Amino acid sequence: MGGEGGQGVQTAADILAQAAFEEGKEALYIPNFGIEQRGGVSLAFVQIGANPVGSPKFDQAHLVVALSARSLERLQDYLHEGSTLLYDSSLLAPPEVSDSVVGWQAYDTIAPEAFAERRLTDRRQKFPRITKKVHKILGLPAGEMASSRLHPRVSNIIVLGAAARLIEIVRLEEVKKALEKRLANKIRRDPKLKELNYKALELGWEAADRMLKGREAGAAV
Amino acid sequence: MSELAMPRSWRRETKPHKFCPGCGHGLVLKALGMAVDRLEIAERVLFGCDIGCSLLAWDFFNLDTVQTHHGRTVPFIVGAKRARPHLIGIAYMGDGGGYAIGVQHLINAVMRNDRILVIIVNNTTYAMTGGQMAPTSLPGQKTETSPGGREPRTEGYPLRGPEMVASFAAEGAYIARGSVSHVQRLALFLERGLQNQIQDKGIAVVEALSTCPTNWRTNAEDTWKYLEKEMADYYPVREFVSPWKENNPRGVN
Amino acid sequence: MITNTQTLTVLWSVNKGDNMSNKYGNDTDSNIRPAGHGDRRAFMYGNEVVVRAALAAKAEFLYGYPITPQNEIMHYWSRLAPAQGGKFLQTEDELSAGFATLGGIMAGARSFSATAGPGTVLFQEPLSMAEMMRIPIVLIVQQRGGPSTATVIYSQQEVFLAIFGGNGEGLRVVYSPGGHQEMYDYTIKAFDTAWRYRFPTLVLGDGYQAKMREPVVLYDPEERGMQLQPAVPFVGGEGVPGVEREPAHWRNAFSVEEELFEALQPIIHDFQHAAPFLTEMEASDLEGAEIIVTGHGIVGRSAREAVRELRAGGVPAGFFRPLTLRPFPAKDLKRILDSCPRLLVVESAQGQLTKLFRIAIGGELEHRVEMYPYFRPGLGITAEEIAREVRAILGGERKEEARAAVSIL
Repeated sequence: MGGEGGQGVQTAADILAQAAFEEGKEALYIPNFGIEQRGGVSLAFVQIGANPVGSPKFDQAHLVVALSARSLERLQDYLHEGSTLLYDSSLLAPPEVSDSVVGWQAYDTIAPEAFAERRLTDRRQKFPRITKKVHKILGLPAGEMASSRLHPRVSNIIVLGAAARLIEIVRLEEVKKALEKRLANKIRRDPKLKELNYKALELGWEAADRMLKGREAGAAV
Repeated sequence: MSELAMPRSWRRETKPHKFCPGCGHGLVLKALGMAVDRLEIAERVLFGCDIGCSLLAWDFFNLDTVQTHHGRTVPFIVGAKRARPHLIGIAYMGDGGGYAIGVQHLINAVMRNDRILVIIVNNTTYAMTGGQMAPTSLPGQKTETSPGGREPRTEGYPLRGPEMVASFAAEGAYIARGSVSHVQRLALFLERGLQNQIQDKGIAVVEALSTCPTNWRTNAEDTWKYLEKEMADYYPVREFVSPWKENNPRGVN
Repeated sequence: MITNTQTLTVLWSVNKGDNMSNKYGNDTDSNIRPAGHGDRRAFMYGNEVVVRAALAAKAEFLYGYPITPQNEIMHYWSRLAPAQGGKFLQTEDELSAGFATLGGIMAGARSFSATAGPGTVLFQEPLSMAEMMRIPIVLIVQQRGGPSTATVIYSQQEVFLAIFGGNGEGLRVVYSPGGHQEMYDYTIKAFDTAWRYRFPTLVLGDGYQAKMREPVVLYDPEERGMQLQPAVPFVGGEGVPGVEREPAHWRNAFSVEEELFEALQPIIHDFQHAAPFLTEMEASDLEGAEIIVTGHGIVGRSAREAVRELRAGGVPAGFFRPLTLRPFPAKDLKRILDSCPRLLVVESAQGQLTKLFRIAIGGELEHRVEMYPYFRPGLGITAEEIAREVRAILGGERKEEARAAVSIL
C-alpha cells in the first residue's frame, strides 16, 4: 500500500493487519520508513496467512493499493500476473488502456451515484506506465467519495474498506473492531468519529463488493 | 580537626598516596575527607573517579569507589544516584574530564539539576598524559602542546567552568570555586555541596584550583605563587550560586 | 529443530502453573488478550515487545538517547514502566546513556539501554568498561544502515560492532532474535544471562524487527518457572566502610602490564567456561541436505522459510541459524558441515556473518567447505530470493564469483 506522507497509508495498512490478527490469522505489518517525518512517499507492507509469516518483506503482492503516482512507481516491482491494483481514481487519472499492454484482463472504474455527477478535477496525477501484466486494475474515487459524502480525511478508510473486501480474508466486523482500537484515542476525544469511520469503511467495502460482483456476473470488460 | 590529622574517611592502608610530591590532589581529597567526616555520611557515599590523575584516588578512601572512564564519571554517578537516591554521589575529575571530553555531561547534569556533587580539579594541564594544554591552561602558559604558550587568538581563552554553569544553573544548585591554598574553605564548599545533595536541593559543582609542579616544572615556591597569584587572578575563588548564602552556617565567604 | 538448551534447562525449566492472575494488571492496551496460563497473545510493534519483555524481567531503569529505529523503546517504557515503579532518564548522548546504565547497575538496579548505528559506536566505551569490570549491562541494538548515518531503516551491519566493537576481547554475549517472539524471549533471557554470568549481554535486533507489527505471546517468566538471577548491588552495602566492612573499590585501570594480564585471566576463563552453556542455534532439514542455508536474525527467518519452500519443491536444502553470535555455536556448525560441506551465507551486510562462520569453521574443514555468499548490505532479503539463489548454486551457476566474493573479505 503506498501514498504520499499524510494520506493515511500506514494507518490503513496497520488496521488491515490488526483485523487479520483479530480474525485469528497470522499477520505482519511493516512500514517503509525513511528520514522524512512528512512529505515523502509512504509505503506499507502487510502479509496475512494461516502460518507465521516468513520474511517481513516479499517479492510479489496479491493486492497493491496506490494513492499517488510516485508511490505506484515504487510499488511496480511488487506487481505480477495475479496482482490486483487498486488506486484512488480521484487522485490518479485512469490509465489509458494501450493495445501494447497485453494481459490486462480487466479495467474497472467505479463511479458511485454521488460521485458520478461531479466533474473530476483535471489536476489528477498522470497514471504511471505499468510495464507488468496484472490480473486487474480497479479505480476507486475514494477522495471524491470522502469529500462529497463524508469528510475528506476518511478517504484512506474508504480505501481500507475496499482493500479489506478485495483480499477476501477478513470480515467487515473485524476491520471495524481493529479500526476502533487503532483510533481509540481520537474516538475518545470525538465520539462522532467512530460512526464516520465506520461509514467510510462500509462505503469502501460495498464499492469493492460491487466491483467483485460485477466481475463475477461477467459485466466488466 | 587539625589540618595535620588524616580524615577518618581516608584509608590508611593506601597511604602514603600515589600522587606526585607537591600535587594538589591530596589536598582536595583531604578537604573532601573532612567534609564527609563532618557530615558522617561515609556509609552512603558513592565516590566516582575519572581518568587522569584523579583515577589514583580509586582506593584512596574508606568509601565505596568506582573508577570510570575519561569524562564519564558524571553520567555514571548520575545513573547510580537516579537509581538509588539514598546514595550520596560524588563525581571527581580533572579539568580535562570536566571541561573537555565530558563537558556535555557536566552541562546536562547542571541543566537537569542532578542531585550529585561534581568536583573538578583545575590544575591548568593534562597531567597524567604528560602536560598537554587543557581548556583551563592560562594565556601564555607553556605546555607540551602549546610550546610557545597558549595563544588566545587561535587557542581561545581558558574556560571558567563554574561561571559557565552558574549562568544557567537551576534553583537550588550550588556552584563554587575553592583552592588547595585554603583547604578549610575548600572543605566548607564541599560540605555545602554535599549538604545540597543530602537536603535534595540540587546539583553541586565545586572547582578546586590545584597544583601540578611535575608538569609545570616549578619548585615549591613558584608552584604556590602560580596557584595563588596567576591562577587565582584568572579564576576567582568564591561561591557563585548557593542556596546557603542566607543562613551561612559557618560564616565563611 | 535442534536447539542447544543447556542454559534453557537451567533457567527455563518449565513449570506451568494454572495461575491465571495477570501480572500486567491495569494495562489498558486492548491489543493484548489472554492466551492461557496467564499468557497473553498480542499484536505488537517490536519496540513495544522489548519494553514488555524488560518489564516482565523486572527491569527497573532505562537510560536512553533518541536514535531511530529504537526510539519507541523509550516511548513505550516511559509510558508503561512507571506503573511498575520503572524509571527513565533521557541522557545527553549514548556515552551518557551507557555510563548512567552502568551506574544504575552498580547501584543495584536492573538497568538497560537501547541504541542503534552511530549510537552503538558510542556505546563501545561503556560496553568495554562492563567487560573489564563484569558489569551486567543489557543493551538492545536495533541495527540501522551503515557506515555512518546511512539509513534509519535496517541492516545487519552492526554484528562486528556488537561483538568486537570495544578495545578488548569481545567478552560479551550477543543474541540475534528473528522476530517478536524471540525478541520477547531473549530480551527476558538477556537480563538473566547478564546477571548470571556477569558479561555485557546484547540483543541484536534490527529496524525491521523494531518497526514491524506481528503476533507475540507475552508471559510472566516466573509463572513459567523461570527464576531470573537477582540484581545485586556492587556498592552501597550496609555498615560504615573501613569500620564495619571493607569498602568496595572498583577500577578498570592498571599500572603495569603484568597486573592487567593477571586481572584478565579469570575474566577470559569465565567466558570460555560459560560459552558452552550460552551458545544457542537452530537447525532443520539437515537430512540429505546438499546445501546448508544460513543467516541470522530476521534474515535467518527468511532462510528458514526459503528452505521450507525448497524442500516442498524437492530441493535438498538444510537450515542452520546461530541464535548466539557470541559465543558462536561453532561445534554444532562443524558437525553439520561435516556431513554437508556446502554453505550459503545470507546477510544484510557485506560478509560480517560470513567472517564469523569462517572463524568458526577453521582448520581442516575450511578447505572442504564450499562457501557461497549472498550479501545485501542494508537491504532486506526475502525468502523468494534466497530460494532462487539456492537453485542457482545447485544448478552450478555461482561457483567462481562466489569464491571471489568470499576470498576478499
